[in-house]
Amino acid sequence: MIAPSAAEAAFRAASKERILVKDGPYGTAIQKLGLQESDYRGNLTVNHDQKGNNDILNLTLPDAIAAVGRSYIDSGADLLATNTFNANSISQADYGTEGLVREINLAAARILRAEADAATARDGRPRFVAGALGPTNKTLSLSPRVEDPGYREVDFDGVKAVYREQIDALLDGGVDFILIETVFDTLNAKAAAFAAMEAEEARQQRVPVMISMTLTDLAGRNLSGQTVEAFWVSLAHVRPLTIGLNCSFGATELRPHVQILARQADTLLMVYPNAGLPNAFGGYDELPETTGQLIHQWAEAGLINVVGGCCGTTPGHIAAMAGAVAALPPRPLPHVQPALRLSGLEASVFA
Amino acid sequence: MSATAFINVGERTNVTGSARFRKLIVAGDYTAALDVAREQVVNGAQVIDINMDEGLLDSEAAMVTFLKLLAAEPDIARVPLMIDSSKWSVIEAGLKCVAGKAIVNSISLKEGEEPFLAHARTLRRYGAAAVVMAFDETGQADTAARKLEICARAYDLLTANGFPAEDIIFDPNIFAVATGIEEHDRYALDFIEACTAIKARCPGVRISGGLSNLSFAFRGNEAVRRAMHSVFLYHAIPAGFDMAIVNAGQLDVYESLDPDLREACEDVILMRRPDATDRLIALASRFSNQTQSIEKQTEEWRNLPVEERLAHALVNGLDAHVVADTEEARLKAARPIEVIEGPLMDGMNKVGDLFATGKMFLPQVVKSARVMKKAVAHLIPFIEDEKDEGAAPKAKIVMATVKGDVHDIGKNIVGVVLQCNNYEVIDLGVMVPWPKILEAAKAEKADIIGLSGLITPSLDEMVTVAAEMERAGFVMPLLIGGATTSKVHTALRIAPAYSGPTIHVLDASRAVGVASNLMSDTLAAPYVAEIANDYADIRAKRQGGQSALAGIEAARANALAIDFAAEPPVRPAQTGQWNYEDWPLADLVPFIDWTPFFRAWELHGTYPQILDDKVVGEAARTLWHDAQAMLERIIAEKWLTAKATAAIWPARREGDDILVFADETRGEPIARLPMLRQQVVKREGRANECLADVVSPEGDWIGGFAVTAGHGIEAKLAEFKAAHDDFSDILLKALADRFAEALAEALHFKLRTELWGYEAKAEPDYPGLIREQYQGIRPAPGYPACPDHSLKPLLFDLLDAPAKTGITLTESFAMLPTAAVSGFYFAHPRSHYFGVARIGEDQLADYAERRGVSPDQARQWLRPNLD
Repeated sequence: MIAPSAAEAAFRAASKERILVKDGPYGTAIQKLGLQESDYRGNLTVNHDQKGNNDILNLTLPDAIAAVGRSYIDSGADLLATNTFNANSISQADYGTEGLVREINLAAARILRAEADAATARDGRPRFVAGALGPTNKTLSLSPRVEDPGYREVDFDGVKAVYREQIDALLDGGVDFILIETVFDTLNAKAAAFAAMEAEEARQQRVPVMISMTLTDLAGRNLSGQTVEAFWVSLAHVRPLTIGLNCSFGATELRPHVQILARQADTLLMVYPNAGLPNAFGGYDELPETTGQLIHQWAEAGLINVVGGCCGTTPGHIAAMAGAVAALPPRPLPHVQPALRLSGLEASVFA
Repeated sequence: MSATAFINVGERTNVTGSARFRKLIVAGDYTAALDVAREQVVNGAQVIDINMDEGLLDSEAAMVTFLKLLAAEPDIARVPLMIDSSKWSVIEAGLKCVAGKAIVNSISLKEGEEPFLAHARTLRRYGAAAVVMAFDETGQADTAARKLEICARAYDLLTANGFPAEDIIFDPNIFAVATGIEEHDRYALDFIEACTAIKARCPGVRISGGLSNLSFAFRGNEAVRRAMHSVFLYHAIPAGFDMAIVNAGQLDVYESLDPDLREACEDVILMRRPDATDRLIALASRFSNQTQSIEKQTEEWRNLPVEERLAHALVNGLDAHVVADTEEARLKAARPIEVIEGPLMDGMNKVGDLFATGKMFLPQVVKSARVMKKAVAHLIPFIEDEKDEGAAPKAKIVMATVKGDVHDIGKNIVGVVLQCNNYEVIDLGVMVPWPKILEAAKAEKADIIGLSGLITPSLDEMVTVAAEMERAGFVMPLLIGGATTSKVHTALRIAPAYSGPTIHVLDASRAVGVASNLMSDTLAAPYVAEIANDYADIRAKRQGGQSALAGIEAARANALAIDFAAEPPVRPAQTGQWNYEDWPLADLVPFIDWTPFFRAWELHGTYPQILDDKVVGEAARTLWHDAQAMLERIIAEKWLTAKATAAIWPARREGDDILVFADETRGEPIARLPMLRQQVVKREGRANECLADVVSPEGDWIGGFAVTAGHGIEAKLAEFKAAHDDFSDILLKALADRFAEALAEALHFKLRTELWGYEAKAEPDYPGLIREQYQGIRPAPGYPACPDHSLKPLLFDLLDAPAKTGITLTESFAMLPTAAVSGFYFAHPRSHYFGVARIGEDQLADYAERRGVSPDQARQWLRPNLD
């Protein structure tokens, strides 16, 4: 018998009361610290240059990561996601640190677990920690070789095993949920979800999963070409705690796609956009007030259950979002007629 | 998203069912194998079944290779897949390559409950629906009772283990009937009865089956097999059968079956009489060899002599083998030119005959032309090597879209049709000034000149070309075509300017007839005389029968008088301007009005009824599938960028002018928009209307917009041109036009519901939008309510449209990119579309003054509205 998850029940209960707030990005916050290679490396003995390996900071600068998490808690975040976007053996191989994947994830989970629990102890309000799984830099659906469309750099079982290692470490470190985020290839996400289901069976303990897609064009398709609807149909079998969108664009551009999911997904909807579209220098100019106003409009339209920030957002943006949604009711779950739902790049419903 | 009741699963990508597909896979020709999948989708399969169970194959590797390659083909990968194998390892290997939610075919209780549930659990982890065969430890279910028993047991096991009922698809086994074995007689009836019982016992499930088993006894007699399948579906679908694995292109309509055959099939399937099988067998010989299976045909035409293969490819528009076949024919021929003069022209003559007799339609002809062009392109280098002059065409025709105009869909279609009929077409392109047309006609020793145009100023330009031809002493026939041209205009304005034969050509299907009459030694003179008489008649009638015009002051006195106190102007939520740099194309699709799309291809009828039209339905459906496939790619690969701008300004009426202001103080106007008033004498109670009538003199608002969906099109058109693919060229232009119109519709919807904000926010009622069921209008300069194209520069200045949308204007005020729409917004509930029609000299003089131009300039702009 699989043990239920108390955190899942608490999250669902809280989500009925109000729109919950997720934290913002670690990358943007870390950038502001202006770290040197030696800061990244710390006392580790590794051969590769570690500059830019944000995930390794969970081991080498845990206090800095804790401070970022704390800043989001102080801005009103209910849900924190671990600083582990690239903490998988595929991505860490670029830094020669694939052997440290378990340590990184364990540390990342423990850091935020401690911050979340401390905050809850202070004010009694529940805080949740999700273990974040990035997309890796390899895709299961596309060939990197133009002349050989059937070629793949990785296979399903390989990607599944990579995710399983990360999931086990995150769960051991005490996360409440697994967040599969920035999904640009649905098949990678399916492998991650498969790994989470296997972990659940192995641990005989419920592993709630959150899934978040990223769009690569304004027409609303991800990199492997799926529409938002097809994406939902492809992953509905996971029965995720939340489904949603992150990164991609700013709140303005994401809105039509959020609307589609809001109508069709009979589960909680979590969206965390960027701070608008990047400027000519790749930076983000959207002010917290602007983001707040846009999110306020989403909430007014009854579109969301959980909202947070992705690239370019700061604790200021998170605070503005928290303020914008505080007085507004969460999105009610739609009643969706049972039907045979299938998908290729597009969804087909046979009712 | 599509939502449908009966599901067609394409069966051709199955090595056990399709010899062609098996050969391709065994030979490792995956490119051609993907084409088989693509054909299925084009033919309407909503799911495609993929099966690699073949003893000689490494089925797992073949499945994986095929699925990975398929993922790179968006026009195939858009539909869901059915992964079909009797080997679990093949199914699982397949699921590891599929990003979407697929159906697995199949799992069953054959090996007992434990493996069955283990497989079901694994499928849940991959996220797949399952076909569950009515098969248990003791064997396949044959009777209705056994089918129900196994399905009910499987249903209970699955749902108790968290497998959703709606992801279960039962296959209760379709077995062969009319085999001569008595125990088989009830098989079809058992299946139909089981459908009803299973649906009642197992709510939420679907029922599927492979149809071809049913008629296995009649292998080789396709007519009987297809009739049996149609009759079976006719009875099984109402009983709950809702998904069939079929060749989507190969189902007959129940009603159109031969009545004797239908009755005999019905007797067999419903087991209505003991001698049913014997009677069907007796009848079957009458239908044997009547029709071959499409696949057999497909394979067999490849065995024909090369000349016939080329003819077949031309008539059916198949370009896959044309280069190879042309090469084969060239090697056989003494000189390369003989291939064109012989088999290719024979094929095109056949196409021409079929088109002339209404057995082929324009989209099919354009596809034939694509095949022809590819063949000719292959031969040209060889012909040039030989320094051969080439075949003597029937005649040489110089064609052009006149100066100031950029529209060329119609002209290109006419060009293709003429080329199909062995006319040499020298296409000078768009915006061609008259000196270039005359020069080319001389240099090429043309037999005919054809002029085309879409916007009204082009009518005037055509008169200029005709006059210049006259001055240069030309005598060759002049053909006139294009959307705004008419027989009346040609007779009244163009023919008098030129003493050579001047003929209006209504549409592309008439072009060949007109040209061949003109080139005939015997028919030309009487034909030209007949046209001249006809046109003289039109001129005579026109002089006598013109309806009377009121003086402009009298017309103004009979204006549409709105009491703005009782029916006040609609105050906008805000004034200002809104720009859209990149409107998502996918959002525009539901706004598309398809009827004009079919009209562009000379397929007349209203969408969607046109798809079922008795005469053009098949051509319309094929065109529709081609259009959908391209639409997908336009969106997925972002071929086009849609830009738009809209603005709302304070305004006020002054006489027949509308004054536009920068702000609500309405001080100094930033523009004066003179409007034209109807002058044809109206019957009692009908006003002489003018757009200014719906704007309050006290203070009101007006909007303006410009949209385009044409950015990016040139690169794609160049690709098509390089590939000699006129069909795709025309298709893309027609679709870009639809996107531009859809964007105008979507923007108007946004304006009404948000920007101006006088209509309640709601989901758009798309069919209602097409029927213009809303308040307010968006008339475009150059169209009936506002016929002066020269208002476009005023509108563009107000909007700063070139900077905001990248649209520019030609000297005749045509918009570039061509897929563009611009106009004004009026919101008053009394505003509606009307036509200004003819106006008098008095209004012309008044308008020139208001517009601030010379009377001659105004006369040129308004010529289509003048007597």
